[in-house]
Amino acid sequence: MKPLALGAAVLVLVALPAFPSLFGSYAVTLFTLIFFYGFLGQAWNVVGGYAGQLSAGHAAFLGIGAYTAALLSVERGLTPWIGMLIGGALAAALGGLIGFLGFRFGLRGFYFVLLTVAFSEICRVIAGNTEAVGGALGYYITFTGNPRQFQFQDTRAYYYIALALMLAATVLMAWLERRRFGVYLAAIREDETACEAAGVNTFKYKMLAMVLSAFLTGVGGTFYAFYLFSLQPNTVFGVPLSVEIIIRPIVGGAGTVLGPVVGSFILSPLAEVARYYFAQGGWHGAHLIVYGALLIAVVLFLPEGAYPRLARALRRRATVA
Amino acid sequence: MAVGLTLIFGVMRVVNFAHGDMMVWGMYLAWLLATRVGVDPYASFILCAAVLFVAGLFVQRLLVQRIVDAPHEMQILLMLGVALVLENAALLFFGPEPQRVRSPLAQSTLWLGSVFVDVARLVTFAVAIVLTVVLSWFLFRTDIGRSIRAAADNPYGALVIGTDVRRVYAIAFGVGAACVGAAGALVAPLLPFQPPTGLQLSVASFNIVIIGGMGSLLGAFVGGLLVSVAESLGAVFLKPSLKELVSFSLLVLILLVRPAGIFGKRVA
Amino acid sequence: MSLLEARGLGKRFGGVQAVSALDLDVGDGEVVGVIGPNGAGKTTAFNLLSGFLAPDTGDIRFRGRSVLGWKPHAICALGLARTFQIVRPFPRLSVLDNVLVGALARHPRASAARASARDVVERLGLGPKAAAPAAGLTLAERKRVELARALATEPTLLLLDEVMAGLNPTEIATLVEIIRSIHASGIAILLIEHNMRAVMALSHRIVVLSFGERVAEGPPAAIARHPRVIEAYLGEEYVDAPPAR
Repeated sequence: MKPLALGAAVLVLVALPAFPSLFGSYAVTLFTLIFFYGFLGQAWNVVGGYAGQLSAGHAAFLGIGAYTAALLSVERGLTPWIGMLIGGALAAALGGLIGFLGFRFGLRGFYFVLLTVAFSEICRVIAGNTEAVGGALGYYITFTGNPRQFQFQDTRAYYYIALALMLAATVLMAWLERRRFGVYLAAIREDETACEAAGVNTFKYKMLAMVLSAFLTGVGGTFYAFYLFSLQPNTVFGVPLSVEIIIRPIVGGAGTVLGPVVGSFILSPLAEVARYYFAQGGWHGAHLIVYGALLIAVVLFLPEGAYPRLARALRRRATVA
Repeated sequence: MAVGLTLIFGVMRVVNFAHGDMMVWGMYLAWLLATRVGVDPYASFILCAAVLFVAGLFVQRLLVQRIVDAPHEMQILLMLGVALVLENAALLFFGPEPQRVRSPLAQSTLWLGSVFVDVARLVTFAVAIVLTVVLSWFLFRTDIGRSIRAAADNPYGALVIGTDVRRVYAIAFGVGAACVGAAGALVAPLLPFQPPTGLQLSVASFNIVIIGGMGSLLGAFVGGLLVSVAESLGAVFLKPSLKELVSFSLLVLILLVRPAGIFGKRVA
Repeated sequence: MSLLEARGLGKRFGGVQAVSALDLDVGDGEVVGVIGPNGAGKTTAFNLLSGFLAPDTGDIRFRGRSVLGWKPHAICALGLARTFQIVRPFPRLSVLDNVLVGALARHPRASAARASARDVVERLGLGPKAAAPAAGLTLAERKRVELARALATEPTLLLLDEVMAGLNPTEIATLVEIIRSIHASGIAILLIEHNMRAVMALSHRIVVLSFGERVAEGPPAAIARHPRVIEAYLGEEYVDAPPAR
């Protein structure tokens, strides 16, 4: 087995699971977030990276998943382990709707981005004005620490769940990449017209990508809800959250299997540092300025992302050595 | 405001996501001038336009020029990055609380027939018309304006006849930014603003430009009127907090029905 | 009954009638050449036949079925493949992956598709470059990649749009041989071409378009002597070009 792959396997199977016992709770929290956003980034990667349909409204799917699972748990006593799937399904339905509207009406590039943002904003306004889900003040979940309700006394449980989510999504992507689905998506990103001429039903595959991406993101919403215990419409459905989701795969390498993971490992620590620095002056949310600068830098200097560049450099080192 | 956006798009086929945020900076600039120097925004809007013109040139030369030929996704991401930087820089410098600019004009009203009219809004409307006319004259009658239109129509052709296309692009972007600077200053007394207002304004600009047609000045103007009317009607019939719902729903509708707008050219 | 039958095709763009009342037939295993001055409507006809444009009037029957209003990928599934006038391989995908996309149309399972794709890649002499991204290849190679991708969909009819354009004489000769071997494997070909030598050498029958209408049709030798065609378009040097086999 190639040394790189071996190293990665060791990391994943041994080091990461052992991590929580060795390090303090701050590090555990940081890594939990790295894994969680890595998962969300991978979910976005399906439609945004591979299929090349830039969506800046993925917060809508997260929000729907989050509110659905939360409501079902608190109001109906339905365990979030099932609520997760229902939330994901609803998010997938919205994804299907947006995809249908966008793709059927031929909205590409900028227009499609606008459509996705419009929908997440519509969700935000509706959630903020609906008293049944807490309105503008938000929805709160009381902490019970009951695993059946997807709540854990020990924060390390969240660490492992987030890790599992990220690994599962990454493995799924690696598998899909080699199969018809993945190959078709990559081709669609390159040239849809040529795809049609080669027998690819571009509409069908774009829809599938959108629905899968939305479903996964919706499932992630459940984690979000039961990790943070409070849902604010402006946060959960807001554009900044969509930016958080997409920036990791974009910086790490959209359309690659490891891009979102690498991106998350780069960005989450960076975000924490920036947040700390800016919060000291009392400016909240200003860490986004770092995101903006990073986006600009990536577009201008590293359009394919960090991971492909890194992989090439490592490969070159391997052949020379 | 929308006229600026459509100009940038029409010339370079780049969609300026940072448009609303640029306008917010125009507003803050006017506010600064009003509070620190004591200049009324109705006088300072020209200065704001000038400052933003220079800033626009700067942004264009440094950043936008590099991605003029890049795939759409890259352009969108770049402008999104710029928007984030602008919005949060405003947050850093000016803080998150809403601001408003006071102006003596804003307080007075006029009787016009049987209707109360806000002098401030009347002046803004008048200035907007004047600026649009000036811009049209600039584009259709001056040499620079003609080169801008030539470059918009056919960049290679323009290059062949010796136009410095990069300079033209820079000027076009600058002018677009200037429009937004002026708009910002003029609107500052009417609207409380804070850094996140940038997104709302961007969406509003996109709404208008898409309805009126990307790349068409007349479309931007007509679009502006239509959208304002629609939003005002919405505000009358719905709860005020749902006002944004109207603009976003309108956007979705327009995107589906006729992305080219009433007068416009389609994105490639 | 012909493999492809187009009757009364018409397409208008704004003020321009790009194609009008066009009848076109391609029989099983035939090679039909389409020639005509620029703007004659040749590529528009291709776009109509392959489903990229909807005709204003007329009907298209492929393998006995009307494919009017079908989307391009469905027509491809039925057995009609095409290439583009400005070559369009998938730039960032490898040669093999390019062809793989085509092969997946016939072989849903990726492993079988990969085997089929590798086969086509070898057949077109692209073996050594199989792992290279398409963007880095020469024009002639990129045309072969596009051709390979189309072949991997296992068509019964192949539409080639000015596939010789921009190639030097050696590359053209190679391509002509490749097309001959494709035809020999039983695939019918409809080709738009400006290169007269190639068209004369390959075609059983030639259709001449001008301003969207068919103005002449017949075997190469007859077309070369057709007075209308000669005066508008051809030169005398092509009168004695060797006929198709």
